[in-house]
Amino acid sequence: MNFIGNVARLYQERSEFFIRLTLEHIYLSFIAILIIAIIGLTIGIVIAKNRRLADPVLSLVNFIYTIPSIALFGILVAITGIGNRSALIALVVYGLLPMIRNTYVAITEIDELIIESAVGMGTTQKQLLIKIQLPLALPVIIAGFRIMVVMTIALGGIASFIGAGGLGVAIWRGITTSFPEMTVAGSLLVAFLAIFVDLILGLLEKITRKKVLGTAEKLS
Amino acid sequence: MEIIRFRNVSKAYILEDWVIHQLDFSIEKGEFVTLIGPSGCGKTTMLKMINGLIPFDRGDILINGQSIREWDMIRLRRQIGYVIQQIALFPHMTIEKNISYVLDLLKVERETQRKRSEELIDLVGLERSYLKRYPRELSGGQKQRVGVARALAADPEIVLMDEPFGAVDDITRKILQKEMKQLHKMLEKTIVFVTHDIEEAIHLGTKMVLMDQGEIVQAGTKEEMVFSPNNEFTKRFLESKGFNAYLGQLTIKEVCTLVKQKKVSDEIIETIDGDASVLEGIRRLIEKGVKHLNVIGNNGIIGRFSLEDIKEKIKKGE
Repeated sequence: MNFIGNVARLYQERSEFFIRLTLEHIYLSFIAILIIAIIGLTIGIVIAKNRRLADPVLSLVNFIYTIPSIALFGILVAITGIGNRSALIALVVYGLLPMIRNTYVAITEIDELIIESAVGMGTTQKQLLIKIQLPLALPVIIAGFRIMVVMTIALGGIASFIGAGGLGVAIWRGITTSFPEMTVAGSLLVAFLAIFVDLILGLLEKITRKKVLGTAEKLS
Repeated sequence: MEIIRFRNVSKAYILEDWVIHQLDFSIEKGEFVTLIGPSGCGKTTMLKMINGLIPFDRGDILINGQSIREWDMIRLRRQIGYVIQQIALFPHMTIEKNISYVLDLLKVERETQRKRSEELIDLVGLERSYLKRYPRELSGGQKQRVGVARALAADPEIVLMDEPFGAVDDITRKILQKEMKQLHKMLEKTIVFVTHDIEEAIHLGTKMVLMDQGEIVQAGTKEEMVFSPNNEFTKRFLESKGFNAYLGQLTIKEVCTLVKQKKVSDEIIETIDGDASVLEGIRRLIEKGVKHLNVIGNNGIIGRFSLEDIKEKIKKGE
């Protein structure tokens, strides 16, 4: 009990510090999420439309995903130095996989007959994407977006190892100064942030699923 | 007037292994052509060549006298109604948006689109309240009707249908077929209709095309197909099913000898409704052990029906 009390007191005493870190964390994650969403969606669409590219691209993204984050941070420090820029690059590289894969799968798994009837009625490729494929793929794309967002927020916590701001600063400081209350205080905020955003996006996913597929349940 | 013309069309996925071979066939404006044959015979392939979904290797296809190679494919497709198996309505669009889909592609005004959707939903016999619903809320038969309405939205001259009634139950299918026949009469569209159901092909088609292994085995009116098959395959394929279906879709009033009310013979007592099928008529003749039946129309007796009448009709049909 004492420990939890200490953490609570820490929040109270250093509230300004934690608010600043939380805002930094949100800011860093937000920029990363924005970049991932744009790049991921674009690549996902491109490989869904040119299936020959799908295998190599997905293999590459998969491969990058399997590199341990600490190792990737290490490599990036050597290339782009210490600071927010390296952190951002690492976050983006990791977040791409769920975004690209879900966009690709969502578009390619749309019922062939629906595509055929749309094309047969004189839909151009661009119209097909905008009027048929993207709307129908939306629930699965949002599911991928949700995974990516939670992952990015969580991973942002260790971005401070390479000098980035955010709640990782508190965690890092707690570890280096043998101050466990500080580490826990930082970690808890990261977790709350991730859970909060996950709940909101889960709701969004459900709503779109219902609108597009007529049921909130996942179709297997 | 010739609206669709296949000129020696051939197609092979593997060299010289023809899936479509030397199709030479023309479809007149306003005809209801049913394409029939065993699965894999090329009937669906032939259909999809008309709206360019499947390309061909040799020959040419002319639509309204213009080669399909010269048509702007997007423009051509928007002028051809298309209904496929399972209908494939767009699940994320309301019925109204589904029906006016092609109009939306053509950038027709919203208000016009809405009016047209209402017209079409009336035409296919659904209530207007359905316009605001989604496809998943509709039964199989209702979806088919919406599919037909969607195909007719841009008032196309040609409508292609690929086994549209394959996935509904028997009773609904019969009703849909009847409606389709009426729609064709009313709208005078040229319809090309793929089916593997002999009964359906005979019931709906003004002309039938029987295919096997990528070639046309025989094409002609249903009378020709059923009563004078010019080869073994046609004979075997249609067999008694074709004959049955033919007599089942022919109504008594189409074949009976018309007589004036005054001249109605007193000797005939048994009667039959003019809208009944010839098949029922024959059954009645046998059941009652008579040679003639009086045919009842809207205003009493309109004619006389006997086996001789059927022979006459078939002769005329050829």
